[in-house]
Amino acid sequence: MRLFEYALISGVLYGLFYGFIGVGLNLLFGVMRLVNLAHGDLVVWGGYLAYSLTTSAHVNPLWAIPISIPLALVAGFLLYVLTVPRLRRSPDTETSSLILFFGVSQVLEALATMKYGTNQVTLPELGNPVTIFGQQYAASLVASAALAVPALALFYLYLYRTRLGLATRAVMANEEEATASGVRIRLVATSAFMIGLAFAAAAGPLATFMLGGINPTTGGGLTITAFTIIIIGSLGNPAGTAAGGVLYGLASSLTQAYATAWTGMVPYALLLVVVLVRPSGLFGRRVRVA
Amino acid sequence: MPLALVVAVLASGPALYNNLAFLTTLAIYILLAQGVNVVYGFTGYLPFGYVGFFGAGIYGSSLAITYWHVGGYAAIGLGAATSIIAGLILSPLLRLSGAYFALATLAASQALYFIVANESWTFGESGMSLPLLFSPTALYAISVVAVALTLIVILLVRDSHFGLSLRAIRSDPVSAAMAGVNVVRTRTLAWLLSAALAGVAGALWAMMTSAFYAETPFDLTISVYAIVFALFGGVRTVIGPVLGTIVLYSLYQYIGISNPQYFELIYGLLIVLLVLFLPGGLTSLVGGRGDRPAWWNWVLRRRSAHGDLTPEGRSS
Repeated sequence: MRLFEYALISGVLYGLFYGFIGVGLNLLFGVMRLVNLAHGDLVVWGGYLAYSLTTSAHVNPLWAIPISIPLALVAGFLLYVLTVPRLRRSPDTETSSLILFFGVSQVLEALATMKYGTNQVTLPELGNPVTIFGQQYAASLVASAALAVPALALFYLYLYRTRLGLATRAVMANEEEATASGVRIRLVATSAFMIGLAFAAAAGPLATFMLGGINPTTGGGLTITAFTIIIIGSLGNPAGTAAGGVLYGLASSLTQAYATAWTGMVPYALLLVVVLVRPSGLFGRRVRVA
Repeated sequence: MPLALVVAVLASGPALYNNLAFLTTLAIYILLAQGVNVVYGFTGYLPFGYVGFFGAGIYGSSLAITYWHVGGYAAIGLGAATSIIAGLILSPLLRLSGAYFALATLAASQALYFIVANESWTFGESGMSLPLLFSPTALYAISVVAVALTLIVILLVRDSHFGLSLRAIRSDPVSAAMAGVNVVRTRTLAWLLSAALAGVAGALWAMMTSAFYAETPFDLTISVYAIVFALFGGVRTVIGPVLGTIVLYSLYQYIGISNPQYFELIYGLLIVLLVLFLPGGLTSLVGGRGDRPAWWNWVLRRRSAHGDLTPEGRSS
């Protein structure tokens, strides 16, 4: 029973962090049908930034979060300008973007290998374990969940409480009608792209703790997990992404507790079940025409 | 004609570069790239988890050799049969499209990996080890024959009613269905054909490698290489995937084994540039069957920009 309780609570904590990782990807896919397979690699680069900061400047790795955001915004702008307008002219943007961003992900992985090597990189634990209901949880686990909540709230405010967010949701719902209503697609798309990347990079330092370290190939699996989560939680719905993250976190930590060898299979099995049984996700009304 | 050329080049391979393991792997990748060509090129479905069929073929043939002591040719057939069965089981995925399809196939391939790696009857823990059924030379000869047969099949697919239906579905499934094409059946057939090709490739790989753990047969890089090789050469052509595989896999042999990160960087950049500037692959530069080559289209565009005649008539 104690094991079950531990699995349950750590599943929720992990899940909130995974929701944080998922929102940026959700935004890119929701707005422009861009399949950013480099998403996980951006998270990993955010983690490497935290690693570099702690090893060279000896500061708290969480400082990497505010530093990574402007960097990711600039990188996002450049990447958008260089690739997306051309990509949108392709007859099948979705598949073309998947292939293109896979290439970007390989470049990021190769650069990470050149700079940091192939070995796992870890960060020292943030502090003493935190006690919840008599059981101890790693400080980084609690801190990650505690940071994920305001991040998700911020994302919600952007999408539902700003004019830009309103325009973004309009484009998500129907691009042609949004254009006809005078929404400035380029502005909306560029900012969505930049914001999505910033969320990925900001989650990076936390990922280094949550995954027990990172290496250049961590990103690929993380991207798949993030995709599973946003599909579970329905596209374009940040609350759904958070819920999808928690659901994934629970499934993963319960498997970890009771069938350890199969933990790695959880995201894949969940993804298959969701896309086959309910491709519109658990919290969505929009049905995807497949 | 190009077909005969490919077979001649492959057959004379050992005389040019005497490394049978490399040449056999090259032939295996040609089969995989052609399998991607059938699914992605002709139907537009990107099988990101194509390696699952390769792994199914590897394990189908290996388990048949281990438990039933079948011969080499039977193992190839059983490898293909296993992949076809896997393809049938996964055919509901064809209901999906775009990224959902690509990621679902990836998930399926990795789920299959976890099953194979965790079960004892598949030798997940101890690793597979097979008796030697063919000499390296014989295995290479079989691989070249397999490539030749595959090219004939692709040629037939391209020029047949089946291939025409596939291309019709690719450009507009609704119109194709209204014109009397059985969309679901045609797509499924292409899917199973490509599964069978991966199964044959897998059986050949199993007999070449003979001792392996589940990690290698289900390594996602295999899917990715097959996709990039096919795209680089040019999908929807017979020769493109062959050309792409020969060029890129040789490059891999040259720098990828000693400095994998540099190869990764190069092919990462190559993918980006291909998607943006040369979506038709290498063969689109010199022109495919009936299509105008890309450089000629560019010339036409230049000329029409100056108000000259284009083949379609006078432009404004």
